[in-house]
Amino acid sequence: METYMLLGFVLILSIYLGLELISKVPSTLHTPLMSGANAISGIALVGALVLSTNSNLQGVIAFFAVTFASINVFGGYLVTNRMLKMFKKK
Amino acid sequence: MEFFIEISAIQNIVYIISSILFITGIKMLGKEDTAVKGNFLSAFAMFIAVAITVVGVIDPLILLIGIALGAIIGSSIALKVKMTSIPEMVALFNGFGGLATFLIAWSEFNSIPDSLFQHILIVITVFIGGVTFTGSLIAYAKLSEKIKIAKTSIVTKIFTTIFYISLVFLIYSIVQPVMPILDFDFFTVLLVLTLLAGIGFVLPIGGGDMPVVISLLNSLSGIAAAFAGLLLLNNVLIVAGSLVGASGLILTVIMAKAMNRSISNILFVGYASSSNSTSSEEQGEVSPISVGDAYLILESASSVLIVPGYGMAVAQAQHVVRELGELLEANGTEVRYGIHPVAGRMPGHMNVLLAEANVPYDVLAEPDDVNPTMDAVDVAVVIGANDVVNPSATEEPGSPIYGMPIIEVHNAKTVFVLKRSMSSGFAGVQNPLFFKQNTRMLFGDAKDSIGGLVSEFKD
Repeated sequence: METYMLLGFVLILSIYLGLELISKVPSTLHTPLMSGANAISGIALVGALVLSTNSNLQGVIAFFAVTFASINVFGGYLVTNRMLKMFKKK
Repeated sequence: MEFFIEISAIQNIVYIISSILFITGIKMLGKEDTAVKGNFLSAFAMFIAVAITVVGVIDPLILLIGIALGAIIGSSIALKVKMTSIPEMVALFNGFGGLATFLIAWSEFNSIPDSLFQHILIVITVFIGGVTFTGSLIAYAKLSEKIKIAKTSIVTKIFTTIFYISLVFLIYSIVQPVMPILDFDFFTVLLVLTLLAGIGFVLPIGGGDMPVVISLLNSLSGIAAAFAGLLLLNNVLIVAGSLVGASGLILTVIMAKAMNRSISNILFVGYASSSNSTSSEEQGEVSPISVGDAYLILESASSVLIVPGYGMAVAQAQHVVRELGELLEANGTEVRYGIHPVAGRMPGHMNVLLAEANVPYDVLAEPDDVNPTMDAVDVAVVIGANDVVNPSATEEPGSPIYGMPIIEVHNAKTVFVLKRSMSSGFAGVQNPLFFKQNTRMLFGDAKDSIGGLVSEFKD
């Protein structure tokens, strides 16, 4: 239970940090920020990898999780990069 | 055994470094000059976190196959997609992230949950992940216009009902270990209900409210990852997931503010029932204008404001719009673009389209920047935008959109409205702008009309 409390603490602090960091985003960057953040949510990949060492059904499910999270990660970062490359100053 | 202790210690150190890089990356992503680097940094953070995890796995071959498969699919979609389809792509990728967390929690349930707390975490993660998954798929289908189901149709009502049922079942699932009412496989029911709930969550939401929903789904996918992190006792999942949750939440709030509506009103009420009172009767005559006459007015204008909306995206008119802007500037006219935060189908939709057409981002202005000097604008050109320029928002207290911040083009000397027909916008509200003295309607496809203006300038 102590571990959970500690990690819960990390969770709250991270959300607070995120809110502080991104509170003033110019609207030009709304889409790239969303898409870039979306790529970061693919961090579930790490979780899926940890699980996939198990055999049988659990491992199979985790394998699918790995694949889908990877689509999220690769697709997300590439699309964000493509988009950001288009933004030019006068 | 010693090897494993060491590897997990190193893993934790790498996770901390990765977390710091994610934080720096997302911070840099929020500023124009550093955004590209920020994205790279966050990709690098992802890379090291994944790499150190794979190293710790005893037989990584099958996993590498999974990653490679995802990489091929993800990359080919990302590199092939047209910039106009970005909203649905973001929704689709987001859905896959949600699905991954849904599967993680499902997989964890199959290993024995050893405390009530863990059980609760699993149930919540399944729910958020599952709703994110199917919700994003529906958002994808709606944005790419693969499905068109009316809010009032029976299908929508059934799914909405399932959504509420699933909320009740979610509560039962949480307390199930303490008071198992019936002996049945509640978890399978939860899995199915959750997936249906995501459909019911997004199906009733109208196209114009999509920016809010996409931001919210984005936020949810992060929160789901953070919960999965709690479940697996993995700190990098918690930190990265929370950052995404926070950024999605900020965007959601920005979008809701730009519509002057609360988030719950957007999600659970919608425009239709929010107010049916005064549906502005003062209509009158509209004054159409031909391309030739519009050209003459534009040619003598010294200041032009272009206000694009979803119609520009539909007509794919962004390239001709840029061309018109350049010709006007060559003619000595000051050209600016007025971008409303909720114009289009996702946050910043117009900015992306115009960037694709090579419009520099420093001529794009927000409503607060253009409204005070609107009197000095000779011509405001409204391209496929409707509700974001509807003067009812400032003039008519009974209107459903009253109070919504708009781009006040009606204060410009002349307004051109490019429109296919006289249908109303997503809010279903009549727009008095069309009937104003200083408004001229340029009917037809936006791309053709602007193309006509461009060739007039070239002659």
